[in-house]
Amino acid sequence: MFALYGYQEIFLEGAWLTLQVALLSLVLSVALGLLAALAKLSHSTILKTIATLYTTIIRGIPDLILMLLIFFGGQLLINDMSYTLNEWLNETITGYYPTHEWTAYLPEYIDISPYFAGIITIGFIFGAYMAETFRGAILSVDKGQLEAATAYGMNKYKRFFRVMFPQMMRHALPGLGNNWLVLLKTTALVSIIGLQDMVKIAGDASGSTQKPFTFYLVVALVFLFYTAVSTSVLKWAERKYSIQTR
Amino acid sequence: MTVPTLSIKNLHKSFADNQVLKGIDLDAHKGDVISILGASGSGKSTLLRCVNLLETPTSGDILVNGELIEMKQDIKRGAIPASNKQVERIRSRLAMVFQSFNLWSHLSVLENVIEAPVHVLGVPKKEAIVKAEALLQRVGLYERKDYYPGQLSGGQQQRVAIARALAVEPEVMLFDEPTSALDPELVGEVLTVMRDLAEEGRTMLVVTHEMAFARDVSNKVLFLHQGLVEEQGKPEDIFTNPSSERFKQFISTVY
Ligand SMILES: Nc1ncnc2c1ncn2[C@@H]1O[C@H](COP(=O)(O)OP(=O)(O)OP(=O)(O)O)[C@@H](O)[C@H]1O
Ligand SMILES: [Mg+2]
Repeated sequence: MFALYGYQEIFLEGAWLTLQVALLSLVLSVALGLLAALAKLSHSTILKTIATLYTTIIRGIPDLILMLLIFFGGQLLINDMSYTLNEWLNETITGYYPTHEWTAYLPEYIDISPYFAGIITIGFIFGAYMAETFRGAILSVDKGQLEAATAYGMNKYKRFFRVMFPQMMRHALPGLGNNWLVLLKTTALVSIIGLQDMVKIAGDASGSTQKPFTFYLVVALVFLFYTAVSTSVLKWAERKYSIQTR
Repeated sequence: MTVPTLSIKNLHKSFADNQVLKGIDLDAHKGDVISILGASGSGKSTLLRCVNLLETPTSGDILVNGELIEMKQDIKRGAIPASNKQVERIRSRLAMVFQSFNLWSHLSVLENVIEAPVHVLGVPKKEAIVKAEALLQRVGLYERKDYYPGQLSGGQQQRVAIARALAVEPEVMLFDEPTSALDPELVGEVLTVMRDLAEEGRTMLVVTHEMAFARDVSNKVLFLHQGLVEEQGKPEDIFTNPSSERFKQFISTVY
C-alpha cells in the first residue's frame, strides 16, 4: 500500500468511516425523503404542512450550521428529556413509597456519538432534497400503471411497493444520483463535530507532519474515487432501467 | 333462473354535478358476451369502471355471483365502499383489459402474467409460471415471455394483457375498447383472441367500436346514450330492426 508518513492505516479507517457515514445517511435520507414526498402528496393538510415546513427550513439553512445546530441542540434536547424523565419517575415512585431514594434511572448525561449525530444530521438534510426528487418521480408514474394494480385487486401497500416504488425509482434515479454525489461530499462536514473520518485525520496529520497538501490531496483523490465509482454504478442502473421504459 | 354472474341495478354515477350514468340495469349470466356501444362521452367507460369500483358509483347496486358490494355514506366523499377487503377480493375476480394495455412496464411479460395470481391470489409461484406459460402459448407470445412490454407492438401488448386477465381465472372479463389504441393491421390479432374466449364460454363485457365484433360475437348488445340504455337486445334483432332512432343513426355513422 501507499505510505503516508505512518498515517496510512488510520487514514484508511477514516476513508472507510466516511463511506459508512455516507451510505447510512443515504438510507436515512431516502426513507425520510419518501415519507416527506408522500406527505406532501397526501390529502391531509397537517401532513402537507409538516412536510413543507421540513423541506423549506432544511433547504434554507447552510448544511454546516444545521450540522452544528442538530449536534449541539440534539445533545441539549436529549439530556433535558432524560433529566425530566428521571425527575418524573422518581417523583412518581416517591408518591407510592415515601422512603424511596433518588436514583438516576436514565443516565444523567448522554454524550451523542458524533458517528450517529453525523448520520442523523446528513440524513435529515438530504431527506429534504430527496423529498423533492421523489415527489417529482411519484407524479411522473403513469396513472394507468396504478389503475391496473387496483383493478387486479392489490391493496394500497401492494400498489405502493409492487408498482409505485419500482416505477418511481427509475424516474428518481438521476435526481437521486445527484443528491448522492452531493451527500457524499457533505460528509466532509462531520469532521467538525469530532468524528475521526478521513478529513479529520488529514487535518490532524497535516498538523503533526507539516504536509497539509499531501494529506488533503489524498482526501481529494479518495472522494474522487468514490464519486467516480458511484457515477458508473448510476450509469449502469439508468441503462438497465431505460430498457424497461422504452 | 340462475344467479347472474354480474348484476348491475339502477346504477347512477355523477362527477361533481355532471350526471354521467342515470340508472343502468344489466345482468350478465355465465357465458354472456355483452357489447356496450355508444357515442363518445355516453358513459361506457364509466359504466365498466364502476363494475370493479375503479369509479365509485353514486348510487345503485353491483352484485357479483349474487354477492352485493356493500357501500356506506361518508360525510365528505359521499358513497364509498364499506369494506376495502371485499372490494379488493371482488376486483381480483374481475379482470380488466384496458384501451392503453397498462401492462406493468417494469415487469417482463411473464412477470406481468403471474403478478396478480402470486401476489394477490396467493398461488404458488411455480404453479403460476406453468399456467402463465400456457396462456402465453395460447395468445401466441410464449417466445416473448422475457421481453419487457416496451419492446412489444401494441397488438402483442394487448394479447399479453389478455393473458394477464385470464391468469386470475376471472368470473367476468371487462374490456374497455381493447383495440382502439391499435394500428388497424394489429386489430385482427386481438379480436381473434377475443372471439376464441367468447367461444369457450367466458363471461365478457366489451366496450367497443368494432361493429362486426358486436354483431357476430356477442349475444347481447347495449347501446348507451347520455347515461341511459337507449337500446338493447340480441345483435341479430337490434342491428336489423333497431327501435331507437338514435341507434339507427349511430350504426349508420359507424358503417
Ligand atoms: N374522472 C372523471 N372526472 C370527471 N368527469 C369524468 C371522469 N371520467 C369521465 N368523466 C366524464 O364522464 C362522461 C363520460 O365519460 P366516459 O369516459 O364514460 O365516456 P365513454 O363513453 O367511455 O367515451 P369514449 O368513447 O370517448 O371513451 C364524460 O363527459 C367525461 O367527461
Ligand atoms: Mg371510454
